[in-house]
Formats: sequence, C-alpha cells, structure tokens
Amino acid sequence: MTDLQGRRAGQPVIAIDTVTKRFGGSVTAVDRVSLEIAPGEFFALLGPSGCGKTTLLRMIAGFESPTDGRILIDGQDMSHVSPNKRPINMVFQSYAVFPHMTVAKNVAYGLKVTGVPQSEIAGRVEEALELVHLGGYGARKPDQLSGGQRQRVALARALVKRPKVLLLDEPLSALDAKLREAMQLELVRLQESVGITFIIVTHDQSEALSMANRIAVMERGSVRQLASPADLYENPANRFVADFIGKVNLFEARVASRDNGSLVLHVQGLGEVRLPQGMGAAEAGRADLALAVRPEKLRLERERPSPERLGFEGQVQQVAYYGETSSVFLTDQAGHSIAVSIQNEGRSTQPMVTVGERVWCSWAPEDTLLLAD
Amino acid sequence: MESWRRNPLVFAAIALPPAFWLVLFFLVPLGIVWLYSFGENIDLVTIETTWTLENYRRAGEPEIFTLFVRSLWLAGVATLVCLVVGFPIALVITTSSPKWKSWLLLLIILPFWTNLLIRTYALLNILGSRGRINEALGWLWEMGDGFLTIIGLGQLNLLGERFTPLTLLGNNFGVIFGLVYVALPFTVLPLYAALERMDRSYIEASLDLGAGQLRTFFSVIIPLASSGIVSAIIITFIPTLGSFLTPDLLGRGQVDMIANVIERQFKSANDWPFGAALSFILLYATFFALAARSLLAGRRGREDAEAF
Ligand SMILES: Nc1ncnc2c1ncn2[C@@H]1O[C@H](COP(=O)(O)OP(=O)(O)OP(=O)(O)O)[C@@H](O)[C@H]1O
Ligand SMILES: [Mg+2]
Repeated sequence: MTDLQGRRAGQPVIAIDTVTKRFGGSVTAVDRVSLEIAPGEFFALLGPSGCGKTTLLRMIAGFESPTDGRILIDGQDMSHVSPNKRPINMVFQSYAVFPHMTVAKNVAYGLKVTGVPQSEIAGRVEEALELVHLGGYGARKPDQLSGGQRQRVALARALVKRPKVLLLDEPLSALDAKLREAMQLELVRLQESVGITFIIVTHDQSEALSMANRIAVMERGSVRQLASPADLYENPANRFVADFIGKVNLFEARVASRDNGSLVLHVQGLGEVRLPQGMGAAEAGRADLALAVRPEKLRLERERPSPERLGFEGQVQQVAYYGETSSVFLTDQAGHSIAVSIQNEGRSTQPMVTVGERVWCSWAPEDTLLLAD
Repeated sequence: MESWRRNPLVFAAIALPPAFWLVLFFLVPLGIVWLYSFGENIDLVTIETTWTLENYRRAGEPEIFTLFVRSLWLAGVATLVCLVVGFPIALVITTSSPKWKSWLLLLIILPFWTNLLIRTYALLNILGSRGRINEALGWLWEMGDGFLTIIGLGQLNLLGERFTPLTLLGNNFGVIFGLVYVALPFTVLPLYAALERMDRSYIEASLDLGAGQLRTFFSVIIPLASSGIVSAIIITFIPTLGSFLTPDLLGRGQVDMIANVIERQFKSANDWPFGAALSFILLYATFFALAARSLLAGRRGREDAEAF
C-alpha cells in the first residue's frame, strides 16, 4: 500500500528492470528504464510526444517485447507471457470498443473468452456498467454513444476483468476540456473505489499532476525524474523537468565563491546572488548551472524590495489577461524575457502595471531552484 | 454535384459522350439479344421475334436445369475455396512489413499480366496426365518402388503394378482448381482492403481481454471484415458463374458450365434464340443476387438509423 508521500512497502506489482526498446536498430524508443510500481498506486507516465510512453505501456501489456531488460508483474517475469495471459488490462487511446457488439456484449467479451460461467457474467457486466455510470446502456450499439460514453465502456470492459493493473493510454485526449476535467475526477474516484493499480500515459502535465500519486517524467526514452506531483513541481531535478512541469524562468549561473557554507553565484541579469545555507551543495561542482524561479513566486513592486529578497528592475513588455490570473512579461537588464504570474484578486478591469513601465521584480531566496543540466 | 446541376449545359457536355457510348455499345446489343430470346429461327440465318416463350420454357427442361444447378454448385465451391485460401493470404499481406507488402501485392496481381488463355494452357501442362504433377508423383513412385525392391519387398507390389497417373482434368476437380486459380486475386484484393482498413487496436483489445488468436479471428476479425467478405464473394462468384474458358479447356467437354452451353447455341447448334434466353436467365440471376445484397445492406443501414 502507498502512504501519502507515495512511499511503498512490500513487493511491487510491476517492476520494470532496465528495459530498452529499439525499433529497426536505429530508433531507441525506450532507453534503460527502471521503475517499480506498488499495488494501489495511481502512476503516470508523462512526457512530450515521441518520448516512448506508449511503447513502454505496450511492453507492459505485451504488445511489444523489450529489446533488453525484463518486466515483472507480481514478481513473475513476463518475457514469454503473451498479452492474453497477463493479469492486466488496457484502455486504448482509440477505445477500441467493438462496433459489432452491444455495450453489454463488449463488457462481457473478456469474461466469456476466459470461461467465466454464464450465470456470473450478467451480474458482473451490470455491476461494471453501474460503476462507470452506464447502467441501462447495455443494449446500445457503440455508434449510438458519445465519445465520453464509449470511453467509459472501454473502462468498464477492462475493469470487469478485475485486473491487477489497468493501463490507460491517453484516455482523455479525445474529450473536450470540460468533459476531460470531469473524467479526471471520475478516474480518481474509480481508482480509489476499485483499488486497482492504474498506470496512465499522458502528455498533459496538469492531468498527471491532478490525478497521479507518482509521476515518471520521460524524455527521449529515459525517465528524467520520478516523484510525487508536488515534489516534481517544487523540486524539479533538472531543467527539462522544471520546464516541462509548469512554467519556469531560467537564469544562467556560475559559482562565484563560497562563503561559510552558502554558495555565491554570478547570475546573468541579476549579478551576485547569495543562496540560502545548504542550497546547491550537490550541484556546485557542475558547470552548467541555472537559477530557476516559477512565475507565481515572483512579486512586482514599484519600490525597491527589501534586501533579503532577490530581484531586479525590469521593463514591462506585455500583459496577458487570463481571468483569474494575468501574466506580465518583463525584460531584465540582460534583455531576457521573464514571466510573472499575478492573481487578479480585486475586481478591477485596469491592469496593475502598464506596458513600458519600469518595475521591481523579486522573490524569496527559498523559492529559488538551482538546476544542473 | 449540386453545382453541376445548376449548369445543365456543362452537365450535358460531360455526361453525354459516356451515355452515348453506353447506349450504343451496351444497351443496344443487349436489347437485340433480348429480342432474340423471344424469337424463332425461320431459316439458317434469319431470326424472327415472335414473342414466343418457348426458349425460356426449354431452359426449364431437366438437363438445362441440372446444368444451372451444377454451374451454381461449381461456382459456389470455387468461391468457398477462394475465401478459405484467400483470407489467410490477405491476413499475411496486411500484417507484413511495408516493404514486403508491396512485393506480396505485386505477386497477387502478377497473373493479370498474362493472358487468361495462356495461363489456362499452363494449367493444362501442370494438371495433365503427363503433366508436371503426375510427373512428380511418377518420380516419387519410382523412388518408393526402388526402395521397396532394395529392402526386399519388391515382389509384393505394395505400390501397385505400375504408376497410374491421377486424373486431374475433365472432372470437377480440374474445373474447380482452374476457377479458383483464376478468381483468387479477385477474392484476395477486397479482403486485403477490408483488413487493411481495420483498426489494429480492435485485435489488440481482444487479445488484451484474454481471447486467444483463434477466438480473436472468429469473434473480431471476421465480423469486422464482413463487408469486405461480402464484396469478395460477389466479385468472385459472379464472374466464376459465367466462366467459359476454364470449364471448356480444363473440363475437356466433360464438365460443362452454363456459358459453355450458351456458346454452343451461338456456334455449333446455331440456335441463337435459345442461347439468348439462357444468357438472360444468367443475367437475371446475377441481377437478383446483387439486388438482394443491396436491399439487405439498405435494411441494415435503416435499422441502425432507426435505433437512434
Ligand atoms: N512500431 C514502431 N516502429 C518504429 N518506430 C516506432 C514504432 N513505434 C514507436 N516508434 C518510435 O518510437 C518513439 C516513441 O514512440 P511512442 O509511441 O512510444 O511515443 P509517445 O511517447 O507515446 O508519443 P505520443 O505522445 O505522441 O503518443 C517515437 O520516436 C516513434 O517514432
Ligand atoms: Mg503515445
């Protein structure tokens, strides 16, 4: 079982052991990935298009075989186990709901082909349809359903098999924004109520952050960071993750000096910056350092901020209004563009800053991220 | 389409030549043959349309009726064999890599590059009593016989006194073999098109849900390819039913199909009116089969629409 921090105990339900997948010798879709997923986890594989998420998922399902490495389910090596013999089920991106069968037949299919007694099937099908709020839809044909309903049929069809693990490949990408948000909550509710391990593939960071309790961020076939959503956001391990999860302002930096335990950096556009005690001890040796800060941690002021805050004076280039928040784009002395996100708290239609204005931008030192590579 | 109709002159200019062609070279000859089928020979070269139904009545006589039944049977068996052989071929082509796919498709279409007559003579060469198959079997017989002699069982004549060639021509086998050989590409191509269109994730979903390969084949692949299968049946069955050359050459006059009898009416028997009547019966049969198919398809479409 997972605790709140996403730490695990006992045997993982899925262990991916240095798995590599090459296509045709030249394309390395998955590159030495090792992961362990605990029973009951809601796990997300997140990454940009083409980073190998689907390939990894298809290897777990058994539709591709690893070029190298092993995949274990419940401690059993799956190398020579065909897809129809694995205790896992998949919800396909296209849903793949059989068009020539009714909804009930679709859901019953996986039970029928594995010899579940007829007397048991009807009840379980009805139960699974209820679970996804499709009770009474059994007699319909898939072409009489909306996209969202079809997806729920695919979910019911997989869940009725009571798999150890449910794989979902971009399950929400075909839905519109409103429905997608509703289904995100729905999936979390479902996962909690059935207690099955979910592994979801997505390229939408907000989807992964809001649903999963652990996320593996992938880039070009490798896992760049494996952490809980909050950890990924607040403590990204590298530039790629910092940039991919949310927005971030980056300042190139190099170590200027060490001063009794705290690091002093020379930061482009900011000058000398003293980091809080202990920060950057691990990264100090690296050449390509960057100082990063999230847009919502920045504050805009007309007066020079108090000296303990880090900051610079810049010029407002653009203001973008999004309703609950606005983004202000500044340029610093070095000519970098910096994004600042501000909450529109008062009910005012006047922007709080105007284009061309010079303002101070600052943040608390502990909100600084130091990134290597 | 709409915009064409608003420009009747342009529409006419485009539609007229093909319409003219169709009327002159298809409908007019067809009409003439249709009139013949209600005619009588009054002398060797003259046919008078007397609106007699005698020719159609003669078509119902037992030997002609048997001939129709046999033609349907031969074409039906050939179509079935084509489906059973063609489906795995189409499946293999669909699942092969893109490079292989184009070569395999070329292999399927290759026979079209050679004249049917030449291909049929090649089949004669293969199936004949001194053909390649019997040659190979004869060689095997020699080898087996020699082997038995060596191990001292020669005088028992276990393999018979001497090699008797298989009869592969002049019987149903030869004709069906030839019909299948000619029609197979026509079966494979629509099946291939249907399988190629099919979303691979349906097959994967079936496997994922625990179904085996065979189960997936019968419960998912075949139903989803059903429209392609129906097209394949029609496009195989109709030309096969009207085959002339294959039964003529491979049947050796022993296995006639309807087209052979029609040909005889127009040639040696010089009974054009009867030949015309037989031709039209074949045409009506084909027409009804097609009509039934589109009616069925139409009803299915309507049912789907009503269910909404
Ligand atoms: N069957 C295949 N043959 C060759 N290359 C493939 C094959 N499948 C995937 N690839 C390649 O492997 C890489 C990873 O593909 P994959 O489908 O896993 O990406 P993904 O992360 O799922 O992307 P997306 O978000 O676009 O779905 C890509 O570069 C892709 O071109
Ligand atoms: Mg993908």
